[in-house]
Amino acid sequence: MSVALSSADIARALVRLSHEILEANALSTQITLLGIPTRGAHLAQRISRTMAEIAGHEIPVGMLDITMHRDDLRMRPPRAIMATVIPHEGVNDRDVIFIDDVLFSGRTIRAALDAIGEVGRPRSVQLAVLVDRGHRELPIRADFVGKNLPTSIDQAVKVHLVEIEDVDEVLIENN
Amino acid sequence: MRHLLSIADLSKAQALSILDTATELARVSDGAVKKLPTLRGKTIVNLFAEDSTRTRISFEAAAKRLSADVINFSSKGSSASKGESLKDTALTLQAMGADAVVIRHGASGAPARLASSEWMHGSVINAGDGTHEHPSQALLDAFTIRKHLSKGAPDLAGLRVAIVGDVLHSRVARSNVLLLNLLGASVVIVAPPTLLPVGIESWPVSVSYDFDAAIGAVDVVMMLRVQQERMNDLFYPNAREYSRYFGLTSQRLKLMNAPAIIMHPGPMNRGLEIAAEVADSARSVIVEQVANGVSVRMAILYVLLAGQSLKEGGS
Repeated sequence: MSVALSSADIARALVRLSHEILEANALSTQITLLGIPTRGAHLAQRISRTMAEIAGHEIPVGMLDITMHRDDLRMRPPRAIMATVIPHEGVNDRDVIFIDDVLFSGRTIRAALDAIGEVGRPRSVQLAVLVDRGHRELPIRADFVGKNLPTSIDQAVKVHLVEIEDVDEVLIENN
Repeated sequence: MRHLLSIADLSKAQALSILDTATELARVSDGAVKKLPTLRGKTIVNLFAEDSTRTRISFEAAAKRLSADVINFSSKGSSASKGESLKDTALTLQAMGADAVVIRHGASGAPARLASSEWMHGSVINAGDGTHEHPSQALLDAFTIRKHLSKGAPDLAGLRVAIVGDVLHSRVARSNVLLLNLLGASVVIVAPPTLLPVGIESWPVSVSYDFDAAIGAVDVVMMLRVQQERMNDLFYPNAREYSRYFGLTSQRLKLMNAPAIIMHPGPMNRGLEIAAEVADSARSVIVEQVANGVSVRMAILYVLLAGQSLKEGGS
């Protein structure tokens, strides 16, 4: 097991992601952040706070549960459904940024694209992730990446956040 | 969990996870697109050997909102009215590849028989069997109570519920007593002695014959339907007397606690166990119970069917 990102690395990556999202979206009042539970939702809250400091106004932030849209539901025991919180501005005609901790196969994001269709029709959907570890199984890529982490398929990437594990770190485990 | 036959089979954690799932699924019913792809490709059979409006359409709506295929099968107009046995019906359903059977049957224990047999491999969901249990109704009642009165607590600890009326014939009462007790609420049964089942003293409830005394001390008044179709004996002198002693009249409405709510599983006998103006009053959550029923039944179908592995879901 090795530490890939320390607490300071994560903080720096999140600040950089915040700047990049604002640079890529000229109309910052159009942006809505949606975190994918559970860790993506916490990251979305942090990025929203940083972006609000930079932009000088609140950035709407919510979370989008994708459990019911997963394609592996029938292969596993039932999963608990998480909360979906859509900011009161809604998502219609807004620039929605999905936030997740690790981008791996791309299947979670495919499910999120389905799930957002039930809520409304955003003007655009973009993706920001803390870590991109490769090994995509679908034609999906991230618009904003905190850290590209080359891994082998046997390794496991673990993200720990202060909100849940009392520590910020990204670990790589060899199985 | 593969079947839902009785509340007695549920742990508190399982019951709460169904209620929590229902809370999240309720927003689907509020959304613009009232459909999720979760149970696409699953076949659910509604096998109703007894009349039902609410429960059948509620399960049907729940299954359809999760994209399952629904086959309705009622005994009227099917081979069951020609005397086909439960076994042969089940073998037919198995041959058609049913992943779940929602069964309403006049005989207590019919769903358990179906679940324990080798006749079919799908999940069995009890939608009311004889005078035994009606677990999905109890779950939707608990969901409704929690939404109104739990003040954010996950369970129903400390709440007091009166279940009033025809307890003898009521599967709703049996399931509710078990679930309310499991979730920490206390239950008082109010009924004429003739409509109490044998062995009521072994239930985890207190019993009262005085509705006026009981009504002021509870947070929920749950009225039961007087099941005239099951009554082949004289259980009370006449409707007027029943209504005077055990009906929820507008006079009794005034004795209720300020935030207390009125529930009824339906269908109501207006003017017998509940006065029409009480059923339509602001304290009544009877119509909301029906709406909540769809969310709770979606949660039940999700918990039983979504996580099935390919192996055990076999058809």
